[in-house]
Order: sequence, then structure tokens, then C-alpha cells
Amino acid sequence: MSRETIFNAVLALGLLLFPLWAYVADEPFMITLATRVAILALAGVGLNIALGLGGLVSLGHAAFFGIGGYAMGILAHHAQSYTPLMEVPFLIEGTKSMPVIWLVALAASALAALVIGALSLRTSGVYFIMITLAFGQMLFYFAISWPAYGGEDGLSIYVRNSFPGLNTLDPIQFFLIAYVILAAALMFAAMLAKSPFGLALNAARQTAERVETIGITPYRLRLTAFVISGAITGLAGALFADLNRFVSPSMFSWQTSGEIMIFIILGGVARLFGPVAGAALFIALEHVLGGLSEFWHIYLGLLLLAVVLYARGGIIGTLAGREVAHD
Amino acid sequence: MTEPVLSVRNVSRKFGALIASNNVSLDLRPGEIHALIGPNGAGKSTLIKQIAGGLRPDSGEVHFLGRDVTALSTVQRARMGLGRTFQISALAMEDTVLQNAMLGALGAGRRPYRFFRPVLKDRDLREVAETALDRVGLLDHAAIRTSDLSHGQRRQLEVAVALTLKPRAFIMDEPMAGLGASGSKRLTGFLDELRHEAPILLVEHDMDAVFALADRISVLVYGEVIATGTVEDIRNHAEVRRAYLGEDA
Amino acid sequence: MSFLLLIEQILNGLQFGVMLFLTAAGLTLVFGVMGLINLAHGSLFMIGAFAAAATAAATGSFVLGLAASLAAAAAAGALVEMLVIRRLYNRDHLDQVLATFALILIFSEGTRWLFGSFPLYLNIPLALSGPVTLPGGIEYPLYRLTIIAVGLLIALGLFLLISRTRLGVQIRAGESDREMIAALGIDINRLYTVVFALGAGLAGLAGALVGAIQSVQVGMGEPVLILAFVVIVIGGIGSIKGALIGSVLVGLTDTLGGVLLPETFKLFMDPASATAVGSALASMLIYILMAVVLIVRPTGLYGARA
Repeated sequence: MSRETIFNAVLALGLLLFPLWAYVADEPFMITLATRVAILALAGVGLNIALGLGGLVSLGHAAFFGIGGYAMGILAHHAQSYTPLMEVPFLIEGTKSMPVIWLVALAASALAALVIGALSLRTSGVYFIMITLAFGQMLFYFAISWPAYGGEDGLSIYVRNSFPGLNTLDPIQFFLIAYVILAAALMFAAMLAKSPFGLALNAARQTAERVETIGITPYRLRLTAFVISGAITGLAGALFADLNRFVSPSMFSWQTSGEIMIFIILGGVARLFGPVAGAALFIALEHVLGGLSEFWHIYLGLLLLAVVLYARGGIIGTLAGREVAHD
Repeated sequence: MTEPVLSVRNVSRKFGALIASNNVSLDLRPGEIHALIGPNGAGKSTLIKQIAGGLRPDSGEVHFLGRDVTALSTVQRARMGLGRTFQISALAMEDTVLQNAMLGALGAGRRPYRFFRPVLKDRDLREVAETALDRVGLLDHAAIRTSDLSHGQRRQLEVAVALTLKPRAFIMDEPMAGLGASGSKRLTGFLDELRHEAPILLVEHDMDAVFALADRISVLVYGEVIATGTVEDIRNHAEVRRAYLGEDA
Repeated sequence: MSFLLLIEQILNGLQFGVMLFLTAAGLTLVFGVMGLINLAHGSLFMIGAFAAAATAAATGSFVLGLAASLAAAAAAGALVEMLVIRRLYNRDHLDQVLATFALILIFSEGTRWLFGSFPLYLNIPLALSGPVTLPGGIEYPLYRLTIIAVGLLIALGLFLLISRTRLGVQIRAGESDREMIAALGIDINRLYTVVFALGAGLAGLAGALVGAIQSVQVGMGEPVLILAFVVIVIGGIGSIKGALIGSVLVGLTDTLGGVLLPETFKLFMDPASATAVGSALASMLIYILMAVVLIVRPTGLYGARA
């Protein structure tokens, strides 16, 4: 077993045991922190497919995170106010059922990623970074100025949505939902990296010219990766909104895009567990440093700077060696 | 005379004031190795790009398998069976040698959109890839990271990737570069056989290899084909000797 | 809508565009010469505004405030270039994005720590306050008109600097061929620091000029930064001319869209929903503009390289 595999196993186990300890010790806030880690890591797992595997530096993944969040907010808002989402041409009601909300979040963010990706992937390099950023901002301002769903103030949900057979209001049960979804996403990402698609996408990142000369179109590979990536981040958005029982335009903000990217960099780009390690460290720092100083972002900034300048493989790269393992 | 597999017809391309290709015509017949030689900056790379796709000529046409492919993309030409190796290795350096060969096999199989089964467990693809690696003598190195290969070995891998596509014609851009004497002798022998599978348009600086292999040679100078003919024709061509071989001798 | 109002809005758009240009010019120069994508450029805008507000409050002089904004932002720019940015030139864009994002966190929180979370105010000098009457009877704030004039003058100065001076020759050489600069015996490190400080100073000045219209607060740089990105993407990254045209285009589109779109929707919708739909769409308009430009020209209007 490689050191990275051992590290991943420890991380996966730690993320499970910590909230279980908190449950026994009756520290519900700690469970919530672990839930945040799991959900934000899920968003990072989504971005990592585009960024790590595909080399697509998207600074606009908040778009999908926010769409997932608003999918939850809008459906639950209509359900709790007993108003239909729309009546013409056919009736659509709101819902409080998590599985339905997840499906809608996945579909809506995948669709958005298809449109945004189809346009953005015509460009590359800096232009791609900026156009994705701009699409994120576009949705941010739209969410602010669209009054039907709270505008700037966002939407609150009174009661967390439901999952058949579970009590989602119990923090540990909701954590387990997020944890299982994260685990499923990680398994999917691992499979994807080793699949024919992963091989081709990874090659397109390294040498697009080669991929063309074997008769595969890099654009389509990238677009497919972008859609998958956006959908997973969108699902994370729906869960995040459910965790907070609140959704606001800040989910669309470019700081959100930046933070999702930070998780990946802190953890290690293209590492399967990079986003998990990064999100865990980020939340831990926020909790510890945030308790010490009101200005903890200074320390976060310095740490991030140090990682970029001196520890380029992130946490996992530093602990498990620089080379990214392939198969 | 048999119909050529590939033919370049009166292709011209300018970059600003620079004429990179000036009314170039050449063809590639079944079973032959057609060498394209010329001094650096003669416009060989530009011509290759126009044949393989990726650069449109200002005027003229490129025909492949009896079809006008001038307007087709690199991907479309590759799918028709145009196999290409690059002068500067275009390989996935972070991946293993086997993965690179399998990438070629994946392209040949046209089914990259499979997301679940590990590609390395796909027996059919693996067989295609390993056969190709074996033929160029790289099977022993299958598990090595491509960035750890020597320059010569990278050239061999380039050829192997092209082989996995089972192309109808090869375009090889300096496959001998960096190979060393024994390696280039080996590859010469291999290309000699390969021409019977598909004809090869060979861009090469190694004159020993060119004279040993080529059925015909075209000489490109300042974007213009100044001579096309057999090895003997070219050796004795006054203008070629002056413009090109003279510098080498 | 009346004709006079339209003229006024066009002037507003122009003023907005000119301010964007001052910010975008540095961004596009730094990218063109050093190949660096700098998210922290907005922080330099903010530093300029804070320096101006603090200096003006202490001395009572607006002009001293402006000078301070230039000096403070240029100094901060030079410092950060030498300490951090210099290490990023040979890195990929992802590292650059992350490191400069980290700088934003440090600058923003550092400023909050120094000045607190409450906004500062920078007053327009008396001589420039109040409206002037333009030909045709249009009343327009003198200060905004001054901004337009100052901005255009600086744009002109920048063009002259780049086309006529020694520094300009070096900058243009740096854009086309880095090895050439070294061959010419130019100290690259110094050139890069100077270019970065120049861009920073312009952003700082823009921050100060805008600070007198809005309030001066932490986080004021980021919206401007993103708009400046939109500008240089539209104009073509690395092109000063593109930045100017992109700025004016974005300024006019944003300002006029906000006024005209709701009005247009009122023609076929009830006023309340027309305002809602119109302003929602207007807030997205410049991003739509950018998407359209990139679809037609993937490297922007005057961009050469991807």
C-alpha cells in the first residue's frame, strides 16, 4: 500500500470517527463542523475532476454550488409555503424530499455546466479562468437582483428537508447522509480517473495535440468533464443549503469559487483525497484561528501563500511524495 | 500507376510576408516511403501541419484516400486513418508508456466515453497497445513513466502510438532524431517493413536513413519543392546539391 | 426617457469606464509583460482609496490624498512584487490565481485590522463640488466630469509613455520577446518591479478618485477587479488599447443597461415586473457582452495570444 493510500484511509476514518466521538461526547457543534467538511469536500471533489484531471482552472464553480443551493431553497420554499412552483403549462409543486431535491440539483447544475462549459471551453488559459469567473458573477448578480426568491437576503427554510427512514434534524444522521454521498463521489472520481474517459481526459490536459491525432476531440472530453464536475459541485450546494437551512447569493460569490479551489490546493491538486484533506484543514483553521483572532484570514492567506510557494503538492503531496500516483 | 493514398495539390500558405509553402505538390503512393527533406526553416513543419490538419492552406487542396480533406479537422483526418508522429514528442509525460499506447488504442476504438471500468483491464485495448509496443521494442518498458524515457525511446513510443491506430498512411516527423546509431538502424529496418502495411511520408534529417529507405524523395527549399525523384535522381540533381546537400557534404 | 437624461447616463457610463480603465491598464500590462494573472490588483485599488481617505482626513487636502494614493499603492505594489509576485512568473496560472487570492485575504484583513470595519469617507474638494451646466442645458456634477478628463489624460499619458519613452520600448520588447530584453542588457527584475508598481499606482489613484463618490471600505476592490477582468478579456489581454475600448464599452453597457432595460421592458410588461426583470438582466449584461465577444473572438478584440 502506498503512503497516499494509507493517508487516505486515515483521513476517511478520521472524518467518520470525529463526529461519532462528538456524538458520544454530546458536542453537536462538532458534528456540524464535520458535516461542513464532508459537504465542502464534496464540492471540491467535483471541481477536482475538472481541475485536477482535466486541467480546467474554473474560477466559477460557485455557479454550480449556488444553483444546487437554490434548487434546494426554491423547492423547499414552495413546499413550506404550499404554493406551486408553476402551474402553466403543467403543475410543479415544491418538495421537502432530499432525494428529489438532489436529483433536481444535479440536473440543474449539469445543465448550467453544459451551457457555461460549451461557451467557456472555446477559450483556454487565462481567458478560461476569467470567463468562468464572469459566469459565476453573472449568476451572483442575477440572484441578488431577482426578488422572487429573497434577492439579496436569500431564502430561509424552517425545517431541514426529509430523507425516508431517517431523522435529518439529528445532526449525526445528517452527517452520515453527507458522508455516504462524499464516499460515493470519491469512489466515482477514483473510477473515473482510471476509466477510458479518465485516460483520454488526462492526456488531453497534457497534450491536446496528441489526443486530436488519435481521433478524439479534446473539447468534447473537457465539456463532459466540466458537466460531471459541475453536477457534483451542485449536489454539494444542495446539501450545504440544507445544512444551513438557508441559501443566499453569497453561495454564488467568487470567494466561494476561490475557497473551493483552495481546498484542492491545500490538499493537493489531482489527488483523490486532496479536497477532503483541504476542506478538513480549512474548517479546522477557521475554527481554531477564528477563535484566536478576528483577523484569521491573514493567517489563512499566509498559509496559502506558503503552500503555493513552498509546498506545491499540498498536504498529500508533502506527506506522500510529489509524484501523482497513476494506477 | 496506382492512385496515390495521399496527395498534396498546389498548396500555398503565407504568414505575413513569409511564404511558408509555395505551390507545393507531392503525393504518397501505396507501399512507398516518400521522404521529405530540406534545410531547417524550409517549411517542412508547416507543410506537415497542413497535411495532418490544424493549419489550413491559403490555397490548394489535400486529398486523402480519394477524398478532399482540406476542410477537415485533425480529428476527422485521424479517424480516416492518417497516423502521425511528432517532431517534438507529444506524449502524456505523467502517464506510463503502456497508458500512452492504450490512449492510441482507445482512439482507434472510438469509444473514449466509458466511465466505470478501468481502462487497463480492457483486454482488447491492452492487446492492441502491447502489440504495438512490442513491435517498436518498448514492451519491456511498458510500466515506466514516459517522462523517464530517453529521447530515442520517446520517438519509438510516438511510432507505437501511431501503430495502434492501424492507419492507412503515416506521417512521421523526424522519427530518427536522438536515436543513436543502433536505434536508428533498428527503426530503419522496422520502417522498411512497415511501408507494406501503409505508406509513409517521412520527414527526416538522417540522410543515411533517407537514402536507405526512400522510394522517392522530395526536396523542400524556401517553401518550394525544388525536386522530386528517386534516390539516384536526387543525389545527381544539380540544384539540390547546390541548395542542400552541398551544405551537408 | 428624456434626451437630457440619456446624455447624463452616457456621461456616467463614460466616467465609470474611465475609472475601469485606470484599474484595467495595470492588470493588462502586468499580464502582457510578465504573463501574470493578478487577483490582488483590486487590493491595490483599495489601498489607494484608504491612503487617500486617511491622508485627506489628516491634512485636509484632497490633492495630498491623491498623491498619497498613488504613492501608497505603487509602494505596496513594488513591495509585493519583490516579496511574492516575482516567484510566480514561471508558475502556471493556477498557482498565480491561488497566491494572489492569498494576497487578497492578507491585504483585506490587514486593512480591516488597521482601519476597522466601518467605511471611511473621502470628501470631494469644494472647488470641484456641485454641478456645472453643459452646452444644451445639461446639469452634471463637476467632480465626475473632472474624473473623465483626468482619466482620459492619464490614458493619453500612458499611450505616450509606451510609444515614446525608453521605458515604453522596454515594455513593448518584454511583451514580444523576453530573451530580447535580457539581450539588450535591461535589468529584467527592475523593469518588472517598475511595471508592476506603475500598474499598482494607477489602480490606487482610481481607488482614490472613486472613493470620493462611494465610501471607502474593505472589499471595495474586488467588484472593480472582476469588472477590470471583464474589460481586459473583452479588449484582449495585454492590449492597452483593448483595455481602453473594453472599459468604455463595459462602462456604457452597465450604466445604460441599468436605465434602458427596465424602460424597454415596460413597453410590454407591467411596471413592477418590468423593473424586476429589467434590472436583473441589466446586472448580467456586461457578462453577457463578454460571453458574446469571446464566442466571436476567443482572444478578445485586440488580443493576440491565448
